[in-house]
Amino acid sequence: MMCEECKKRPASVHLTKIVNNQKTEMHLCEQCAQERGELGFMGNIQINFPNLLSGFFDLDQHFNVEAPPTKEEQERCSCGLSFNDFRELGQLGCSSCYRTFGQQIDPILRRIHGHTRHTGKVPRKHEGKLSLQRKIQSLRQELNEVVSREEYEKAAQLRDEIHGLEKELGGEQNG
Amino acid sequence: MDKKACKWLEDPGPQQEIVLSTRIRLARNIATLPFPQVAKPQDLAQVASQVRQSAENIQGPWGKLHYQPLEELGVLQRKSMVAKHLISPQLAQEAENRGVLLSPEQELAVMVNEEDHLRIQVLLPGLDLDRAWALASQLDDSFEESLDFAFSEEHGYLTACPTNVGTGIRASVMVHLPAITMVNQIKQLIHGVTQVGLAVRGLYGEGTEVVGNIYQLSNQVTLGRTEAEIIENIRSVTGQILEQEQQARGVLLGNAKAQIEDRVYRAYGILTQARILSTQEAMSLLSDLRLGVGLGLIGGISYPQLNQLVVTAQPSAVQGIMERELDPQQRDYYRAALIRERLGDKAREKGENK
Ligand SMILES: [Zn+2]
Ligand SMILES: [Zn+2]
Repeated sequence: MMCEECKKRPASVHLTKIVNNQKTEMHLCEQCAQERGELGFMGNIQINFPNLLSGFFDLDQHFNVEAPPTKEEQERCSCGLSFNDFRELGQLGCSSCYRTFGQQIDPILRRIHGHTRHTGKVPRKHEGKLSLQRKIQSLRQELNEVVSREEYEKAAQLRDEIHGLEKELGGEQNG
Repeated sequence: MDKKACKWLEDPGPQQEIVLSTRIRLARNIATLPFPQVAKPQDLAQVASQVRQSAENIQGPWGKLHYQPLEELGVLQRKSMVAKHLISPQLAQEAENRGVLLSPEQELAVMVNEEDHLRIQVLLPGLDLDRAWALASQLDDSFEESLDFAFSEEHGYLTACPTNVGTGIRASVMVHLPAITMVNQIKQLIHGVTQVGLAVRGLYGEGTEVVGNIYQLSNQVTLGRTEAEIIENIRSVTGQILEQEQQARGVLLGNAKAQIEDRVYRAYGILTQARILSTQEAMSLLSDLRLGVGLGLIGGISYPQLNQLVVTAQPSAVQGIMERELDPQQRDYYRAALIRERLGDKAREKGENK
């Protein structure tokens, strides 16, 4: 979830405030929470959220509002969203957006999560594909080794095997 | 709505003295449809109908899932579902093509067309992360049999907001930390917790004190770590917090037993006698009461009852129970009446038993 105020940094301060018996929820980044004085209401308890976002999650460089959008940022995904729209909305439009804006999104993911690659659960439908990819990867490694040992007959064999698996993988992707 | 069972408000749970509830939420989207914020009404209707159809064939230990379109609920009913943590305030705001799939005991609540197409949620009483994750993952697998989720090898489960991408998991625990607050250690604690990548959500009022001393801790990072690693992190942090809270309770009892007793019984007295109670006052008194139960000063009140009282204290819950809109003065009056009625003479001094 992005900060409601600036829509640029991830919200790390989630506040439920009760004013005149009306409950309102706020999701702010630490900076905006401080600017709005929301953290000051804690009175004598004085909760100071640490400066977690600065440095580690510093999105400022990537979300420089002042800078005019570059040509890449004006490119639109099939869902109609441009990267510039994403900056304003704080949300992507569809699953293809991750591919369309891949280059711009990876640095943001790195800043938010410290990583860019998924290591968790995989849907069952993708398990077959994933194991094919891992097989191809290990065969490619083996291929490099046999080539460096100048075992050309073995290399040709491996190449055929890799092509076969790649074909199979292509089928899976389309299916 | 309020007469229905709701597991975290009915059943006891592990470490319930300090942990009110555990929640696991998984964000999922249907691959071929745009995310809710940019989707057209017909896309949203398509999502709702696909999810609904998929749920028809899903079986699990939780029983049959029931789809509740938000359009069929009044504003008050929606708000009281928010008070019970079954749906988010965001989902409650818009009704068209929005809905929630509920299990009979409401430990499962799948929000449909919130920020993502599906938000699979498991809500259990006490600290119960493994069971919550097992249920959430099982339900996720069941949906996957008939729904094609947006997933890429590289980025994992694709979500509307990049802060949820990857595992799409948000694991959170709601903890009650009155003693850490009283010994002025809460600031350091929150500092430490955020340093290890957890977000802190505080429920607090306009006044000076954190309302109810209730905090929600949840993971921030969803990408590049496995679900097991994320859950383990929150479990170990929660474990340390529980230890600190227990220590602080020991310190309070050791150094200021009379003051603590006084505070607990004053809270009990007001809660069982007052005619007007604001949300904030009720929350703060309920915090003292819960502490009193935890310290063994007051008996006869169960933790599920205490959880129910926290929900009852919320403005929307009072209106939901009374089934009508109330102005703030009326709400404070009925809140006091409801709390008196629910607390009744169940609570008693431990000393009277001897
Ligand atoms: Zn902000
Ligand atoms: Zn898109």
